[in-house]
Amino acid sequence: MCIAIPSKIIKIDGNSMATIDVEGAKRTASLLLLDDAEVGDYVIVHAGFAINKVNEEEALKTIEILRKTVSMMKTASDEKP
Amino acid sequence: MTNRYIKEYRDDSLSRKIIDGIKATSKKKIKLMEVCGTHTVSIFRSGIRSVLPENISLLSGPGCPVCVTDQREIDIFIQLSKRDDVIVATFGDLMKVPGTDSSLIKERANGKDIRIVYSAMDAVEIAKKTPDKNVVFFGVGFETTAPTIAASILTAEKEGIKNFYVFSAHKLVPPALNALMNMDGVNIDGFILPGHVSVVIGTNAYRQFFNEFRIPCAIAGFEPADILQGILALIEQIESQKPYLVNTYKRVVSSDGNKKAMQIMLDVFDITDASWRGIGLIPESGLRIKEKFKEYNAEEKFVFSIPASQPIKGCECGKILTGLITPPECPLYKKTCTPEDPVGPCMVSTEGTCAAFYRYSS
Repeated sequence: MCIAIPSKIIKIDGNSMATIDVEGAKRTASLLLLDDAEVGDYVIVHAGFAINKVNEEEALKTIEILRKTVSMMKTASDEKP
Repeated sequence: MTNRYIKEYRDDSLSRKIIDGIKATSKKKIKLMEVCGTHTVSIFRSGIRSVLPENISLLSGPGCPVCVTDQREIDIFIQLSKRDDVIVATFGDLMKVPGTDSSLIKERANGKDIRIVYSAMDAVEIAKKTPDKNVVFFGVGFETTAPTIAASILTAEKEGIKNFYVFSAHKLVPPALNALMNMDGVNIDGFILPGHVSVVIGTNAYRQFFNEFRIPCAIAGFEPADILQGILALIEQIESQKPYLVNTYKRVVSSDGNKKAMQIMLDVFDITDASWRGIGLIPESGLRIKEKFKEYNAEEKFVFSIPASQPIKGCECGKILTGLITPPECPLYKKTCTPEDPVGPCMVSTEGTCAAFYRYSS
């Protein structure tokens, strides 16, 4: 089961283990599968491992494109008889 | 506190607008398939099926790792759990999967030492704390999970742990897509590709599949707006007859994926042929522990004598997870097969199509 919620890294110890915050719940995750990660980064966690960082720029861009696309579509569908 | 990556994607007004977009665009009668258990659950839980126009059917493909695990592999897990010198460590959803003559949950009731873990690293910890027992972890899962298990083997090696073993039943998604497209009777107009498998393997890993079949493909995330965005992308391709391989989950999926995770996976495992429930043998669709790491390979350490594994009588999981039939068409569904007393794996796993149908369909 994949956990879709991005988790925030709040602490990293010397052994590539991070303490993460998942919507208020504290858990641990291994950072062994990431090249770099820092406190404050949002990561996707699967089976106890961070598998990628969330790309903030892309996250915001997607929302913007989505809003723009669907508002255009809505206009198009509204215009149909 | 809810972080903004989630908040935006859970915005109902955004989802409603995408649904309007889908309704305005979609004309053809089509079947879309997702290949990810988390998509299955999210689609049912959010009620996406009920808000889509009737001409769009959503099918669940072979995306639930427990469901696609071959019966023989399940029987091997159960046989291993019966040994007194073994502690079995497993993800929880394997516990109830019926083998030919038992299940892990029954063996635990019989007093066998079977532990549910959240991560393969937990199994390494158990091995460290109980040096007089052999700890065997059941490696079930796709490309998202396999690197985590590879990392646990590397950790055991680094820490000199000699009583940790993995039975690898891992499966790879792109070869299964190929196999599905070549199956008789399978008729799919577009694929919603898995979010977190794609985080690891990247968009380009589907390129060969897409180039061969030219079928619309969209990688999607797991929030309702993410899935709807994926569906909208597929419908646009289908209606315009211009298939693409698109990534609508760019905030975590890149073209090349997580190269470090892939490297770790391929350092520890060789790609091999694998048997899938419902599909059969698929070339180069599984992972075997490399010779270099054979001291961690449960298949090297233990001898199995598995009599011919029997398919579960009357169970139609195989047809369900290839989209040939839906759960209500299985004669056992809701009669002898329920989440409390499951007959087949698609009802056992919370990610299974039958379990999702049972829980969320009226």
